[in-house]
Amino acid sequence: MSLYRDEGVVLRTHKLGEADRIITVLTKRTGKIRGVAKGVRRTSSRFGARLEPFTHVDLQLHTGRTLDVVTQVETIRPYGEALVADYPRYTAGVAMLETADRLIAGEKEPALRQFLLLVGGLRALAAAEHEARLVLDAYFLRSLAVAGYAPALDACARCQATSVRAFAIVAGGVVCGNCRPAGAAVPEGETLALMLALLKGDWAVADASEARHRTECSGLVAAYLQWHLEHGIRSLRHVEREPAT
Amino acid sequence: MYEGVVQNLIDELGMLPGVGPKSAQRIAFHLLAAEPTDVKRLAHALLEVKEKVRFCRVCGNVAAEEECRICRDSRRDPHVICVVEEPKDVVAIEKTREFRGRYHVLGGAISPIDGVGPDDLRIRELMTRLADGRVTELILATDPNLEGEATATYLARLVKPMGLKVTRLASGLPVGGDLEYADEVTLGRAFEGRRLLDV
Ligand SMILES: [Zn+2]
Ligand SMILES: [Zn+2]
Repeated sequence: MSLYRDEGVVLRTHKLGEADRIITVLTKRTGKIRGVAKGVRRTSSRFGARLEPFTHVDLQLHTGRTLDVVTQVETIRPYGEALVADYPRYTAGVAMLETADRLIAGEKEPALRQFLLLVGGLRALAAAEHEARLVLDAYFLRSLAVAGYAPALDACARCQATSVRAFAIVAGGVVCGNCRPAGAAVPEGETLALMLALLKGDWAVADASEARHRTECSGLVAAYLQWHLEHGIRSLRHVEREPAT
Repeated sequence: MYEGVVQNLIDELGMLPGVGPKSAQRIAFHLLAAEPTDVKRLAHALLEVKEKVRFCRVCGNVAAEEECRICRDSRRDPHVICVVEEPKDVVAIEKTREFRGRYHVLGGAISPIDGVGPDDLRIRELMTRLADGRVTELILATDPNLEGEATATYLARLVKPMGLKVTRLASGLPVGGDLEYADEVTLGRAFEGRRLLDV
């Protein structure tokens, strides 16, 4: 396979030398790939804009010795344009890309569900139909679920009892009074209901939630996410919440 | 891998922007073969730049004194500030001869993925400069790429309550590029046709 074609979302770019860029792309069929795009930082290059983070592209690459080389790019959807005009949405989007990059560790291992989830997440962020942080938290919960780390939310993570009292990251979700480890958080019931709604995609419930439950939910989700990823998500600290309306 | 001191030099050179391991090795062996006086001159130039050049306390541009040449020039229009990411962008814009106002160098762009947030840039210093109401127009000339756009969006929103005219360099600068690579004519045109930002 010396020449191949795939579609994907640009997750990251790094400068290389004077004018080249290394791009990390989550593709539909191939999984995560890293490739080099030559000359894209010169303003005369028409490639550059298409190979910015957030862009959903159709790519053609040459398999290289260390890095694959991008030979053709077409834009499918430039999500970055909409996101960059709205700071809270942009920061949420960056955290989404970083999380996708971190959750999918291996290169060229197909990850179709993660790809579809990311495209769905970016589309929802750009469409601005829901609060950006809610979309981000929903993405976190679902991408963790796809990776095999879905938090237990409707029954005790340890004994399946349905009367739950607390949320314990180490236990893997909500826990009953008997199973509750020391230091478990005791969130409000509405917060747990919001988490469940986000995981399942019940937007009617999520959109109707109150600001304080959203804040509490974001805190729990972030802690849960960072516990499952060895290092923290760097951009998460910079995600800005839209002012409550 | 080479003997201690040689490998040290290769490692140090390899940390410079745009220098890969192969180039670092080439430069190191070039220096090994060069005349001692030439190498001393280079070493001296490196030390001198760190000792003598500093950053302007007003705008953040490189300066030989407390304030840079542009901030000290009373002929420059004090009502317009052009915000750029790096000192090299000041050089690129000065070459166009289109701009007669003042600058503000942020020291980079907002890049959450690299852990760079608004507090890591010279944004507080910019707000202080705008506080007295003397400045009437702010031109956002951050790079025409994603991070530059996001930084412009952030700044436009931040200064909105101050009611000044906020503009962004016009299109013509292809998205995804570095400002420093834009040719003078294109950059000059982008200045002339700058558009009003409305957030
Ligand atoms: Zn239990
Ligand atoms: Zn100055």
